[in-house]
Amino acid sequence: MRSHHDLGGLPAGRVERDEHDYAEWEQRVDALMMLLSHKDRQLLKVDELRRNIEALGAEAYDRMRYYERWMHAIVQVLIQRGVITIDELGRKMAEGVQDGNG
Amino acid sequence: MGTAEAAAPRFRAGDRVRVRAAYPPGHLRTPYYCRGRVGVVERLCGAFANPEELAYNRSGLPAQPLYRVRFRTADLWPDYAENREDVVEIEIYQHWLEQAA
Amino acid sequence: MNNPGKLPSGDGAGYYRRMQAAVEELLILKGVVTADDVDRQVEAMAGRDYTRGAKMVARAWVDPAYQARVLADGSAAAAELGLEIGPLRLIVVANTPEVHNVIVCTLCSCYPRMLLGIPPEWYKSRAYRSRVVREPRAVLAEFGTRLPEHIRIRVHDSTADMRYMVLPMRPTGTAGWSEERLASLVTRDALIGVAQLPEAV
Repeated sequence: MRSHHDLGGLPAGRVERDEHDYAEWEQRVDALMMLLSHKDRQLLKVDELRRNIEALGAEAYDRMRYYERWMHAIVQVLIQRGVITIDELGRKMAEGVQDGNG
Repeated sequence: MGTAEAAAPRFRAGDRVRVRAAYPPGHLRTPYYCRGRVGVVERLCGAFANPEELAYNRSGLPAQPLYRVRFRTADLWPDYAENREDVVEIEIYQHWLEQAA
Repeated sequence: MNNPGKLPSGDGAGYYRRMQAAVEELLILKGVVTADDVDRQVEAMAGRDYTRGAKMVARAWVDPAYQARVLADGSAAAAELGLEIGPLRLIVVANTPEVHNVIVCTLCSCYPRMLLGIPPEWYKSRAYRSRVVREPRAVLAEFGTRLPEHIRIRVHDSTADMRYMVLPMRPTGTAGWSEERLASLVTRDALIGVAQLPEAV
């Protein structure tokens, strides 16, 4: 069975010549991926990231934007590896909302 | 000769190879569209840790020889309408390849 | 601002941005990274773009021995020009009067980022990834690129550890041009292979 992300040869529409600058948070997601996968830290392997993106399920994979998928995957790997816990992440995210940063 | 950390290469540039028609779950870097297809080895790229294992934070060792395999595009798609000489070249790990006639 | 009548959103706009801010803060608190590390990495990636690849192309056009080295080992050739590319394993593929090269990653978005920076959004799109291995000329036509009939296309699917850049043909009408002027002709889309370079005359 073909995995949802394994797209080569499937029918699709026109290539939208989309170009846009990335928001700061997206650039920081990219940076985090580079830093965490760097040989000095080795806190995630790029293939762990990809596996988590591939496991999103078709609807989420299609709906989510590129850096949303990466952010989701980075968090999954950090939780899987025990670097952060779900509880502390949830609390930290809630702090952000209360401060009006939501 | 293989070492403890790398499997020995079994193929060379010019060898005809078939991509195994296997469909396991998990993180694979062998695209669906080339499974079961026959191509020609364009080069040996070196040996690299297996991404199927790296995906689970395992070492992926012994490193697997990685090849660039050239497929005639017309062999990949039965109704290929463009140039019959076109090719698609794909990096494929040795454990996905078997010798073809 | 908290709206007392509504439950806080568990999704929707800003959810992943909040996640990014929270994760970064947690990792800083744990001493995994510093804010400065992230800032510097953002800056470093922003400083990488296609002009780095254009430098290699221009040098290859004026120096046939360098061109041979580029095609034999793209990473070593980049390092020769002082282009810092980390562990990138670069393969450069040359366009000729008979052959046109196009790069894709059908499985995700692999791209020679450490040389050329972040890839364009369309390179990561479903439409590009699905179709360019299946109907490359139709996709190129959507970029305004029409190849002569006799040309063969090589599509390179970056499925594993190697990364790719196209070496476009040197446009006619550029005899005697400086490397800098030659480099200014090179476009990112030509390095990916969806565009050709216009002739200079």
